[in-house]
Amino acid sequence: MKHLTALLFVALFLVLSWGVLSMPAMGDINAPAHNNLAEYYKTQSLNDTGAANVIAAIITDYRAFDTLGETTVLFTSIAAVVSIMGATAKKGDKHE
Amino acid sequence: MNDIILKTITKLLFPYILLFGFFIMMHGHITPGGGFSGGAIISAGFVLYTLTFGLHAAEAKLPHHVLKKVETAGVLWYILVGLVGTITVGSFLTNEQAGFPLGSAFSLLSSGMIALLTIGIGIKVASTMITLFRTLIEEHHD
Repeated sequence: MKHLTALLFVALFLVLSWGVLSMPAMGDINAPAHNNLAEYYKTQSLNDTGAANVIAAIITDYRAFDTLGETTVLFTSIAAVVSIMGATAKKGDKHE
Repeated sequence: MNDIILKTITKLLFPYILLFGFFIMMHGHITPGGGFSGGAIISAGFVLYTLTFGLHAAEAKLPHHVLKKVETAGVLWYILVGLVGTITVGSFLTNEQAGFPLGSAFSLLSSGMIALLTIGIGIKVASTMITLFRTLIEEHHD
């Protein structure tokens, strides 16, 4: 079992290394990340959303669905923490 | 902590920290900042209050059952604002197409949905951080 886990980790590490090595070089102008989307945000976000802050326009308008996920992550995390910590606190009270 | 200087300064600063947090939150679409930073500043004010006056005074100022409701309301508000677009044009979380008035840029009442969503994020982040801090500090108290 221990050997199997080690083998799995080595395999996953190789997959990760292959993935990192096949990424475009740092600062490559032809990389897919440097497309015309950034230029569009800079020039058109004021017309599209009416927000002077481009960052606010991106995170709560163009990518509002992503921010909904972020808010839900906060909600889920606090629910998990309170359910664990609250349960231990109540157990402590009973023992006293 | 039972220090007269700390208590006086906290009493003086507390409302201004909250005001600054609300300012950052409500101007998220005009100036740098937004819901996440504004909510963090508001929660920092409550953390300072809790550290100075103790858990029971903070609990009296902002009870846990209120925080619980505010926290749920933050997420629900975000989804409700998104559902306006679903009802009017049939796509979730749309701004201008859904009928939100954009107003004139650089004024406080502008950018339609963005300002509403920022307030929702702000109260969510603030209540989450306050609840997290109180839950962690309760462990040490008991």
